[in-house]
Amino acid sequence: MSRKPYVRTTSTSSWWLAQPRYIRYMAREVSCILIGAYSAVVVIGLLRLSEGAAAWISFLESLQSPVSIVFHLLALAFALYHTTTWFNVTPKAMPLQFGQTQLPGGVIIGAHYAGWVLVSALILYLVGI
Amino acid sequence: MNERQVELEILRYDPETDQQPSFQIYLVPCQEDWVVLDAINYVKDNLDRTLSYRWSCHMAVCGSCGMMINGEPALSCKTFLRDLPETIRIEPLANFPIERDLVVVMDDFMNKLGKVKPYLLPREKKAVENGSYLQSPAQLKKFRQYTLCINCTLCYAACPQYAHNEGFVGPAALALAHRYNLDSRDVGRRARQDVVASNEGIWECSFVGACSDVCPEHVDPAGAIQQTKIASTIDYFKDLILPRRD
Repeated sequence: MSRKPYVRTTSTSSWWLAQPRYIRYMAREVSCILIGAYSAVVVIGLLRLSEGAAAWISFLESLQSPVSIVFHLLALAFALYHTTTWFNVTPKAMPLQFGQTQLPGGVIIGAHYAGWVLVSALILYLVGI
Repeated sequence: MNERQVELEILRYDPETDQQPSFQIYLVPCQEDWVVLDAINYVKDNLDRTLSYRWSCHMAVCGSCGMMINGEPALSCKTFLRDLPETIRIEPLANFPIERDLVVVMDDFMNKLGKVKPYLLPREKKAVENGSYLQSPAQLKKFRQYTLCINCTLCYAACPQYAHNEGFVGPAALALAHRYNLDSRDVGRRARQDVVASNEGIWECSFVGACSDVCPEHVDPAGAIQQTKIASTIDYFKDLILPRRD
């Protein structure tokens, strides 16, 4: 009897549509594009600010266009998705054990959310809101 | 007990006669407490003796009966028919070549498993008469979860990285390397790093997490790989600062 193993091929372009968990993974990965684009907008804003008051005001006006608002809402949604999905897997990557007791995952996740709130509050305080 | 009939669509492949696999349909009368493996055994015993598949313990310990059940990698002995629709599609584990019917070729996994040295590498080998290596319950707890792997390879069938990168060492082998690296009796971490911390080791993983979702023993290989990434990164910076340590 001769062996003739059959090798199945996997689509390189549509594999991620096969299961909901792959789609969720791709959504997390795609979030980096929107977050990267948002970072570019912030850098452009800083450049405009360095060019003087008129340039800065015109930059702020351009942010109020419908396209800009939709972009910012999308970027915010993906940034939140990215952040929360990573926070939720931190106990897997950074488990903490004290003696024979493992720190519950909820505590590690909670600490990340608490850190998030603290840093946000600090930034809001620094910018005077 | 109520009897129900399910339709099994089983992917068949005979290397001696077939150019490619094709589905064959079997109607199976089943009991409420049956798992998918019971239905496949019914086919083998009553409908078609040519069907080939692997199984042994029927209790989620041996890791032999993994297959794709409605597109999801699962142990057929642990998947109840009552949780599935009337039509059930059964295929060999994804990402492995098909040897025959539901039997896959596991050579690639076995080779990779060997490469990570999944065994104890103690500082000094002790003769049996000199007693056992001592370990506290707290030291055992650090890695016990990763000892539960039954080498069923469901994690390889779920992993899109393994599907697209043949060289990827893969979830189970990396989780077992982590298991020995965490063991207080073991000093083999450096010896495993060449394979584990290579581009085709932990760094090929992009944390899809599917391996941990499908693991029947809750080993969490995805977690093991992320922990190894952190440890390897710390190693890298330690080596930069103190090139001649150990």
